Amino acid sequence: MFNWLQYFADWLIYTVFGLTHGTKLGDAVNFFVFDTIKIFILLGVVTFLMGIVNSYFPIDKVRNFLTKRNWYGFDYFLASFFGTITPFCSCSSVPLFIGFVKGGIPLGVTLAFLISSPLVDAVSVAMFIGMFGWKVTIVYVLSGIILSMIAGYILGKLKLEPLLTDWVKQILLNKQIEDNSYQEEKQTLFQRLPGIAKEALGIMKGVSLYILIGIAIGGLMHGFIPTGFFEAYISKENPLAVPIAVIVGVPMYSNAAGVLPVLQVLVQKGIPIGTAIAFSMAVVGLSIPEGLLLKKIMTTKMLLIFFGVVAACIIISGYLFNLIL
Amino acid sequence: MHEEKKYRDMKKNIKVLGPGCTKCKTTYNNVLEAIKQLGIEADVTKIEDIEEMMKYNVLTTPVLMIDDVIKVKGRVADISEIKTLLTA
Repeated sequence: MFNWLQYFADWLIYTVFGLTHGTKLGDAVNFFVFDTIKIFILLGVVTFLMGIVNSYFPIDKVRNFLTKRNWYGFDYFLASFFGTITPFCSCSSVPLFIGFVKGGIPLGVTLAFLISSPLVDAVSVAMFIGMFGWKVTIVYVLSGIILSMIAGYILGKLKLEPLLTDWVKQILLNKQIEDNSYQEEKQTLFQRLPGIAKEALGIMKGVSLYILIGIAIGGLMHGFIPTGFFEAYISKENPLAVPIAVIVGVPMYSNAAGVLPVLQVLVQKGIPIGTAIAFSMAVVGLSIPEGLLLKKIMTTKMLLIFFGVVAACIIISGYLFNLIL
Repeated sequence: MHEEKKYRDMKKNIKVLGPGCTKCKTTYNNVLEAIKQLGIEADVTKIEDIEEMMKYNVLTTPVLMIDDVIKVKGRVADISEIKTLLTA
């Protein structure tokens, strides 16, 4: 699909810039140019397509959908699925949480949404396609949804409501079925497109710096670290590699845009792909800044349980990835 | 006296809701810039406290409210858009 782009990068670097093919510098620059253009094309396409879906299923509609009737457990899937198509700014997590539980959506279902939303989004999908190809992307998206469902279900079964902070409990006590009349936009797809395109451009602009830095670091590592370098240290046989990768990744705060270009190179140099995906899930899905935001609604104990359950699910999926990929 | 009341009625009340992330700050600055460019006076309030924010029943931030009506939610409104909303 991107052969033409590789020709272009080769031509630009080796012919126009006159760098020699096969040198470390030439390889690193070629990698940078090729990956940057490829990622921005993919990112544009994926954010735009997801923007279209999202414009028909905005968050208010999702909430109404989930509150309207009893889904008998199917709501875990719906919440996780809708989480993937809803663009997410981590500072929205608290209002979102309150809005969901206030509307009568079970705690576990709400948490499933909160887990899946940052884990699988347009940016991570575009980055995965660009860095690891379609097969790995599909496995990532599916496991992101399944993982959110399972973690949400476990957290729901743990009956954590008493561990919410007091003001949230107050809200839950006084919850009433509000007038959730959601006004559907009556615009045609064609009328929506300018807004969707603007939104997609905004998302791209927001992550572009991360992408450039991520790919620049990746490019350097690509050119200068010998292939198979990490195999000696982190192999599939080492049972501790996945948990360590996840524990290191949880406190880190970045998005898929910054992490995946580096991970792609690490995988090329010998790190097992499952371990790498588990690491990126931990970085993207959980972080200290997110924890600080959630402290507003969760007591420390609940926060630790939340992080623990999600991290455990990521570790398990890391092992599974290593088995099947 | 009459003039003053009329003036007060016209004065827009703008609220920006958001816990203080970059998007919320950008929205707030865009509001200030839009008001400056239009040369109007307005009460601009920034609501950063989440408990306060929840009274407005919002799901995604930042939220831009003009005269207590939610105009934009979940995304940054740019200057020209805010100007249109304010003059409408």
